[in-house]
Amino acid sequence: MNATVVSLPLPTLPEGWAAEKDFKAIGKLTQEGSSMRTLEPVGPHFLAHARRVRHKRTFSEDDRIQAQAKAKKIEQDSDSDISEEEDPMLLARDAKDWKTQDHYKVLGLSKYRWRATEDQIKRAHRKKVLKHHPDKKAAAGRADDDNFFKCIQKAAEILLDPVKRRQFDSVDEEADIPPPTKKQLAKGNYYELWGKVFENEARFSKIQPVPGFGNENSTREEVEAFYNFWYNFDSWRSFEYLDEDVPDDNENRDQKRHMERKNANARKKKKAEDNARLRKLVEEAQAGDERIKRFRQEANAAKNKKRLEREAAERKAAEEARLKKEAEERARKEAEEKAKAEREAAKKAKEAAKNAVKKNKRVLRGSVKEANYFVEGEASAATIDAVLNDVDLVITKIDADEIAALAGKLNGLTVADEIKNVWKEEVSRLVGAGKLKEGDIKALVA
Amino acid sequence: MAESASKAAPGERVVIGITFGNSNSSIAHTVDDKAEVIANEDGDRQIPTILSYVDGDEYYGQQAKNFLVRNPKNTVAYFRDILGQDFKSVDPTHNHASAHPQEAGDNVVFTIKDKAEEDAEPSTLTVSEIATRYLRRLVGAASEYLGKKVTSAVITIPTNFTEKQKAALIAAAAAADLEVLQLISEPAAAVLAYDARPEATISDKIIVVADLGGSRSDVTVLASRSGMYTILATVHDYEYHGIALDKVLIDHFSKEFLKKNPGAKDPRENPRSLAKLRLEAESTKRALSRSTNASFSVESLIDGLDFASTINRLRYETIARTVFEGFNRLVESAVKKAGLDPLDVDEVIMSGGTSNTPRIAANFRYIFPESTRILAPSTDPSALNPSELQARGAALQASLIQEFETEDIEQSTHAAVTTMPHVTNAIGVVSVSESGEEKFVPIIAPETAVPARRTVHLDAPKEGGDVLVKVVEGSTHINVIKPEPKAKEDGETKEKTEDADDDGDFDDDDEEEEEEEEEEEKREKVWKIGSTLAEAAVRGVKKGAKVEVTINVNTDLTVIVTAREVGGKGGVRGTLSA
Ligand SMILES: Nc1ncnc2c1ncn2[C@@H]1O[C@H](COP(=O)(O)OP(=O)(O)OP(=O)(O)O)[C@@H](O)[C@H]1O
Repeated sequence: MNATVVSLPLPTLPEGWAAEKDFKAIGKLTQEGSSMRTLEPVGPHFLAHARRVRHKRTFSEDDRIQAQAKAKKIEQDSDSDISEEEDPMLLARDAKDWKTQDHYKVLGLSKYRWRATEDQIKRAHRKKVLKHHPDKKAAAGRADDDNFFKCIQKAAEILLDPVKRRQFDSVDEEADIPPPTKKQLAKGNYYELWGKVFENEARFSKIQPVPGFGNENSTREEVEAFYNFWYNFDSWRSFEYLDEDVPDDNENRDQKRHMERKNANARKKKKAEDNARLRKLVEEAQAGDERIKRFRQEANAAKNKKRLEREAAERKAAEEARLKKEAEERARKEAEEKAKAEREAAKKAKEAAKNAVKKNKRVLRGSVKEANYFVEGEASAATIDAVLNDVDLVITKIDADEIAALAGKLNGLTVADEIKNVWKEEVSRLVGAGKLKEGDIKALVA
Repeated sequence: MAESASKAAPGERVVIGITFGNSNSSIAHTVDDKAEVIANEDGDRQIPTILSYVDGDEYYGQQAKNFLVRNPKNTVAYFRDILGQDFKSVDPTHNHASAHPQEAGDNVVFTIKDKAEEDAEPSTLTVSEIATRYLRRLVGAASEYLGKKVTSAVITIPTNFTEKQKAALIAAAAAADLEVLQLISEPAAAVLAYDARPEATISDKIIVVADLGGSRSDVTVLASRSGMYTILATVHDYEYHGIALDKVLIDHFSKEFLKKNPGAKDPRENPRSLAKLRLEAESTKRALSRSTNASFSVESLIDGLDFASTINRLRYETIARTVFEGFNRLVESAVKKAGLDPLDVDEVIMSGGTSNTPRIAANFRYIFPESTRILAPSTDPSALNPSELQARGAALQASLIQEFETEDIEQSTHAAVTTMPHVTNAIGVVSVSESGEEKFVPIIAPETAVPARRTVHLDAPKEGGDVLVKVVEGSTHINVIKPEPKAKEDGETKEKTEDADDDGDFDDDDEEEEEEEEEEEKREKVWKIGSTLAEAAVRGVKKGAKVEVTINVNTDLTVIVTAREVGGKGGVRGTLSA
């Protein structure tokens, strides 16, 4: 075969794509069950295929059987799905009474009814024809009675015509599933029992598919969709099948019209009744539907939950505010007390320092007295005054610590020279530091 | 196989194709590889499958058919499907108006006066004997036409023929001194008739063969891959067929007759009148396929009363609607059974006599999308005659194998040769659509028998360069676009008065349906990219060049991918094990 040309571009190789020999095997071909199928052995292309496959080999009968067993079957060879016992009463039916005939039963499809596929109806019909055709009975020496055969033909005629089949299905009471009784429901399979009823009613819906009844695990949306659908059910069910015969002759025109009107009214009435019946079913199912109660409770619980949560949150916020305020108060007080204590301590320290300075000053002044003002004998008032003036001048030039240090040095000294030396040192230190000038102090260092 | 005493040597065979139907048969041969259906001495190409004996003379075809009125008891019709069957599997419905099938041990027989002598006992003829006698006449007509004794034939059969039926047919032919080269299925023959035309191009496609005959309808869905055919699904139906359409006309005109002749007997109740109605109904029906008006006239229908009337096509299409709709559903069910959607179908080949009906083809036009070809005379000017497809296909096959040794034919059609693995999903590559999205390009279609090999040429990216060949599986799915719901008319839907009279004729009067103008939903088929099988790089592709990708699937389902620049050197090749 020649190449097919497609005017679409292939993608550009992605950045960084690499593979050995530029080829990457990734997956495998999907195989669904047996992929073996049978080719039709016709045409030149098949014969070319056959030549290739045979390739000097000879296939045996065994090969045939094996190959055939593997190949997918396309012809259905069993009608086992449509076998049903024939009721003798049914066989004795009069074909004239076709209106009251159960067409499904006649064809052996009573377990399918409206569910029977067209293919099933056709196969069932053929099966019955093969068995009941009058020519077959005549051949078997039985009476040439074609009554049941006519029933079969009527059944097939109705069930194979979609319009007539709907008319019959509309009034097929055998297909009805009555609503479950209280007693049945007491056993607890509410959803299963009602589910079957609605699944069966669903066949009348013009809109397909129809939402099912669901089970205890259905969501609220599903349940709501179900009731919504069923309260607005659009049914094709109709009741012309139950019409009374209208006279066919032309003489009785009035009577004919009368009958037609009567039939039309009867259909309308039955249709209304059926709509009411269905509505009642839905209401009944809804009334006992625990899911709805549960959804209501859950909705209430959800509402309550919100309120409680809100209240708790409010309480929590108030408590937090209170605690915060208290903590702030406490912190403030603590800070205040601390400040007070600090103030007092500072005051005490200040006083102690003052006292120490006083004491040290006394030591300083005392030292010169101890050294007898650096003179032999009784010191004159002027000397005393001069020395003490110098001492006071030094004191004014130094701070409390220096006073303390100086006092430390002087404390305990009794020898005048030693005391004098200390003072001399101090004075020269102060002069060196520029705090005193040479000559400011005379008496003390003379 | 055939136990014929005088089997011709392969080189000396004179071969034809035969379609052997319940209603009609045809014979065909090939001239310069072209198939031609042969007209018999009556000038018929559709030869009624009927045999009749009058005063010891044997008639077949149309002449025998005409004797259904005067000589039904010694006329055998609708016997093809009885051949090779147990009596309990025989549907005698259509034989009711002619000789009745009867049970005789394991055999089905007919009791017929086939001798000339006035007082001769009627013969008990097995269905095999009837088939042999009929086939002998077909072969005789062909031999006379060809001027040579026909020795061998390919015969078409329905797809649901059992081994027993096949064996019975081969034996019946052998007894008529005819070697059966091969039995081929009717739908395959129809497809071959189309594929063998010189103008035909072989492509991968899904074909529906709607074979609508007289006493049955068979619809087959096939995958046609490289000129080889695989049947995906079949449906068989015995309710909707040509005879059902005849019945519609019989009922219509009988009612008209009764209306015109008050007090006359119902002609349907009288076998001879009914036989006349049948013949006329069929010819009126055929006329309605050709023209928009047809007459219906029967001399001395009943009690010496003549009847003549006309019908137009529109009226016919209205009263036959139930049957036509049955054909629609049948075709739809076959497509569904194959796991396909109407959108997957490329061609509908209409085959069988009833497929000449324009309305049926027009209805199928609505089932399938625009792109599907409906091959019927009224929808496609290039269509072949639906009544001739099977015979042509059989003749073509006969010419292909006429020089094969019997052993060779047997081996070539052996189940070990026909049974082949088929790929499940499509295999293809990922391309880039105009909108820049990844788009699947199928290379090997699903349901292709392996070994298979297909090649496509795709564009390189605009600027050329290095190209990614990503081999993936693909599957289709159907997108449904629902129309905006329209506001409903208020009030109840009008209830239609369906007059259900006792004799079950609903198809009476006032059928003008108001077609509700409903907007249709739009459906489209889209490819979905499935699992990745392999990736390959084609490097340095020139700007504006094409890239060739070939996929080979072997019998063991290994896949070999090759890709290269068209006209370039090198390329890549890789294998994917199964
Ligand atoms: N032009 C036509 N228009 C409509 N119907 C036609 C036409 N030609 C033939 N038929 C109908 O086709 C039917 C016969 O179909 P066909 O020739 O394919 O026979 P067949 O394959 O033997 O049928 P079967 O095996 O299903 O009985 C008859 O019902 C015949 O009336």
